[in-house]
Amino acid sequence: MALSDKDRIFTNLYGLKPWNLAAAQMRGDWDGTAAILAKGRDAIVEDIKNSGLRGRGGAGFPTGMKWSFMPKQSDGKPVYLVVNGDESEPGTCKDRDIIRHDPHKLIEGCLIAGFAMGATAGYIYVRGEYFNEIAVLEAAIREAYDAGLLGKNACGSGYDYDLYVHRGAGAYICGEETALIESLEGKKGTPRLKPPFPAAMGLYGRPTTVNNVETIAVVPTIMRRGPSWFASFGRPKNQGTKVFCISGHVNKPCNVEAEMSIPMRELIERYAGGVRGGWDNLLCVIPGGSSTPLLPKHICDDVLMDFDALREHKSGLGTAGLIVMDKSTDIVKAIQRLSQFYKHESCGQCTPCREGMGWVNRMMLRMVEGDAEIEEIDVLEQVTRQIEGHTICALADGGVWPVQGLIRHFRPEMERRIYARKGIPMPMAAE
Amino acid sequence: MSEEPQSFAFDEESEKKIAEILARYPEPKKASGTIPLLYVVQKQMGRQTGSAWVPRVAMDAIAERLEIAPIRVYEVATFYFMFNTKKMGRYHLQVCGTTPCMLRGSDDVLRACKDAGHVSGYGATSPDGLFTMSEVECLGACVNAPILQVDDDYYEDMDYDSTVKLIEALKRGERPTPGSVIGRQTSAPEGGPMVLTGEEG
Amino acid sequence: MAKVTVDGIEVEVPNGSSVLQACEAAGKEIPRFCYHERLSVAGNCRMCLVEVERAPKPVASCAYPVMDGMKVFTDTPVVRNARRGVMEFLLINHPLDCPICDQGGECDLQDQAVGYGNGISRFHEPKRAVKDKYVGPLVKTVMTRCIQCTRCVRFAAEVAGVPELGATNRGENMEIGTYVEKALTSELSGNLIDICPVGALTSRPYAFVARPWELTKTDSIDVLDATGTPIRIDTRGAEVLRIMPRQDDDVNEEWMGDRGRFSFDGLKRKRLDRPWVKRDGKLKPATWEEAMVAVAEGFKGRVGGIVGDTVDAEAILALKSLLAGMGSANMDCRQDGAAIDGANRAHYLFNATIAGIEEADALLIIGGNPRTEAPVINARIRKAYLAGLKVGFVGAKGLDLTYRYTHLGEDPAALATDFLAGAQKPVVILSREALTRPDAKALLAQAWALANPTPDWNGFSLLHHFGGQVGALDLGFLPGQGGLDLAGMMAPGAVDALWLLGADGFDASAIPAGTFVVYQGHHGDAGAARADVILPGAAYTEKEGTWVNTEGRVQRAYAAVQPPGEAKPDWRILRAAAAALDVTVPFDTLEQLRAAHPLFSAQGLVRAEPGAAPVAGPAGTAAFAASSRNYWQAEPIGRASPTMAECAKVYMGSTPLLAAE
Repeated sequence: MALSDKDRIFTNLYGLKPWNLAAAQMRGDWDGTAAILAKGRDAIVEDIKNSGLRGRGGAGFPTGMKWSFMPKQSDGKPVYLVVNGDESEPGTCKDRDIIRHDPHKLIEGCLIAGFAMGATAGYIYVRGEYFNEIAVLEAAIREAYDAGLLGKNACGSGYDYDLYVHRGAGAYICGEETALIESLEGKKGTPRLKPPFPAAMGLYGRPTTVNNVETIAVVPTIMRRGPSWFASFGRPKNQGTKVFCISGHVNKPCNVEAEMSIPMRELIERYAGGVRGGWDNLLCVIPGGSSTPLLPKHICDDVLMDFDALREHKSGLGTAGLIVMDKSTDIVKAIQRLSQFYKHESCGQCTPCREGMGWVNRMMLRMVEGDAEIEEIDVLEQVTRQIEGHTICALADGGVWPVQGLIRHFRPEMERRIYARKGIPMPMAAE
Repeated sequence: MSEEPQSFAFDEESEKKIAEILARYPEPKKASGTIPLLYVVQKQMGRQTGSAWVPRVAMDAIAERLEIAPIRVYEVATFYFMFNTKKMGRYHLQVCGTTPCMLRGSDDVLRACKDAGHVSGYGATSPDGLFTMSEVECLGACVNAPILQVDDDYYEDMDYDSTVKLIEALKRGERPTPGSVIGRQTSAPEGGPMVLTGEEG
Repeated sequence: MAKVTVDGIEVEVPNGSSVLQACEAAGKEIPRFCYHERLSVAGNCRMCLVEVERAPKPVASCAYPVMDGMKVFTDTPVVRNARRGVMEFLLINHPLDCPICDQGGECDLQDQAVGYGNGISRFHEPKRAVKDKYVGPLVKTVMTRCIQCTRCVRFAAEVAGVPELGATNRGENMEIGTYVEKALTSELSGNLIDICPVGALTSRPYAFVARPWELTKTDSIDVLDATGTPIRIDTRGAEVLRIMPRQDDDVNEEWMGDRGRFSFDGLKRKRLDRPWVKRDGKLKPATWEEAMVAVAEGFKGRVGGIVGDTVDAEAILALKSLLAGMGSANMDCRQDGAAIDGANRAHYLFNATIAGIEEADALLIIGGNPRTEAPVINARIRKAYLAGLKVGFVGAKGLDLTYRYTHLGEDPAALATDFLAGAQKPVVILSREALTRPDAKALLAQAWALANPTPDWNGFSLLHHFGGQVGALDLGFLPGQGGLDLAGMMAPGAVDALWLLGADGFDASAIPAGTFVVYQGHHGDAGAARADVILPGAAYTEKEGTWVNTEGRVQRAYAAVQPPGEAKPDWRILRAAAAALDVTVPFDTLEQLRAAHPLFSAQGLVRAEPGAAPVAGPAGTAAFAASSRNYWQAEPIGRASPTMAECAKVYMGSTPLLAAE
């Protein structure tokens, strides 16, 4: 059964109604916030744990557990919640809608989450290109301050909490939590060595938790409707509702909030008007943003959209940004363009990523034309393995997985191009 | 570097903005203002010269204001893609070419920019000085692909013809309303939302 | 302590150590490029990856903290593959131009490529080329060779305290440089050459000069400032080709100042390589015999001696013996007129010691500019500052010492300060320059009082300027009973003959006409110009000798090359002169000479008991002047050096002999 509107959290996802405080309150935002805070830190963390909420930014780390890493006792110095709105993973555009159409859900979430982790202030880091969205968010924060919902004695709870927006400036890497912190400190967005982890030493050297926009924005509704309500959607360990972004070769690309573990085919056909030219015209889908390896049609036929199901197929839910490709797609070119993206976005700090992503992209460029030797497909594969797992952050891993997925599922197509360019007939497969 | 101005001073509007910005960060951590101040400079240059970029002397002014070494500002300005360290045309055409946009025709948008804007390629400025074109990576609006970002505004669901139309409007000094050019309701599916329609009880 | 097992070998290392340190303790060599033990950890080269039990991925051992019971594996297929992979990535865009690279033969990348590199390249794409950067007259850049380890960036920002280097752009376009073309404003820039693990930053003067395996290496001491930096002199045949610091944690750690490193090209210019004798008012070339005859004829009556700032202790003692043998007590080693009476050794030593700076809890600098007087000591102050030391300064306004300090005032009145109040280990650094003022004795007494020495901690620290100054004081080359000091010897008719031993640091034109002058030294500088007889001596690189640094550390240097032409080690010249003058001196050999004074029986740091406080003199009110010291051309070798001339031009603009600090 499809998710009904009454169970959707982001009821203004498309901006059909105004974003402002009055309209947001009509939608139920900021309702009884003080009472939620009155439950206390531990109870809120416990509720979030019980809701099964896992980080919506890509890694899927259990949110309640992440909060519980923060110091229980204040030492009187600042503690920060940093919200990651650097949404830059190709195929992903959900946080944009939350920021511009439902900013008060995010702001209220910042207050509740901040309170639950003992934060004294919050920063929402939004990618620089979202200029107009940031203007909305800043205005909404001003509204919240004016209404006494933020700042001193926020919502009359006795808790003081300040919230600021920080604008990024065009660097995918700043979506990595420690790079984001560096960037917020006014430096280049280069990921930090861990340990120490942000919960021990984050922004300005203080305990910090970094959460995705969507993760934080669903918190108030979970607190109001209860953890079991949220946990009732999706399979165990894959619970809740989720905003999916469906782009590429579908008839009606869109964002939509649906239940976790929804079959991919149903998601595409019910909400996005189906694959261009029909389901049988499907070539493959990148299921969770560009870092997740593509899945060919036969897997898409019945795969569920959740963390575990997609991992079984050596891919992942990631940010739940589906990039759908029909049979007209130059699949090698489509993946090469992602290699170019990762080469462009590598911060340059670690040797394997700095040197390797450029190498991968250049080889991929030749693969598009078939301008390579057959053995070079193996070299390409080995180079991706040589990069994977050898860097400070996961950008490089995410950057080579699409290529690995391509080789895994479309090696014959890569070989075909090489033979075609050489003018040699392709050897018959021994079937 | 003949374009490099001899000096830079924040104007009144910028100073107002800087005061707002610096209030967000603890005083000893005011280096956090580096990125915001680079934006302030870029905006001021756009306002004053019609070319939104960050000259080196302005980076020095930021370093002085934030009490950090100039090289740290140079590093930041060149690390982040949104700061222009060279002189720009009046309008910055930013074509997203990443896969989701590519799949939906960003090559046509690029071609239209070249044809209508008379820009020879990425990084180039049109002879009339109106347009500088850049290829940008994923703009995070993939369900409205392809995207053409003009300065701060996204134009969505573009194709060749709508791109030409947009560029011609810019040439006339108009600023068409940003958003979907095919009349979509933001990220809802074409033809209207299928959920959140208010039709459910 | 944490117990760590590395490849089955159990070691104990302090908590907080890195896995890399544990591996080293277990005798396992870990390849690395970005890691440098005196810089912050960057963890970016990824060469030092090891496996740690239960860690999902290989970890960067330089950055990963040890935990008790940790099991580390440094030689598994995963580790070997990771290192080979990183090496391949480092090499794909590296030009592999070892045959024309000055780093060749002493290159970390070359060495580690032997262990982890592949014989053939699988990289068939165009290689990246990077534009070279100008970072100053001393460091040559070939940036295509750069592996972006950022050691240089961290050195500049952390050790040198000049945050002018950075990594601009990102990804594979990341470039190291200053962004704006400018010379790095540091007196420590040569160290960039040492820390660069590849051939990206090499020595400009040494470009294409030699290969490391052609060089003969001799241990010596940098005497061009008073730090006493231990150095290695690299020579080929008769020529000094390179000078590099050795490592001594008590002195220089592993750094050295640019003057000591680069001024040696001055050793080949303006040299005194044969004796000269003045005949008919003109200096004419002479043989040693003729010169000694001229000395015997002229150096008589009331005689006196002045020694310069970089002279070895052996020569000083030889001259002192000669003068004593002639019954003269007219001697002085204080060319600058510094008010140091030599009575109490603790009154003229850097008693806190260089390493002791790191123990200090408050530090006050009086006068001068430690950055240009002793850049390596200044770097140690900066290191302590970064670790929390508070620094105060009384002196000229606006000096950039590379660390923040409290400017307490410009004149002696500012010494009435409680800046050091409550400090358990206060350090007071008094610039020798301050002791050249009329109120020197008052300043000395005040500085001593501020330091408030106890038997356990004496923080009074006089910062001398040259390597020979403390040795001369230790040997008592000061006016004896009834003897004249330098100023006294300049009085018309006070002395008949003067012996200048490497003395180029005072106004030789003040020597009264008619005074017979013997100049013994290695450069045709200020002193030689006024001489009646010139006796060519040896520079510090050309003789075995003893120097004492500002701390009172007795250090031995060895001859790296022979003195040029007919020049000789200075003690020998003085021994010969004694014979020519028919004066009895108590030595015929170097061993006998050294046996004549206890200074030579010690090696290493010789501390002084604090003893009584210095006696104050009349106070003054004049502001401390901005140091007029030209770091680059402070002594004869630097003044003869084209490299130093270039530095003076670049760093000091069009008026190289004036201050521009």
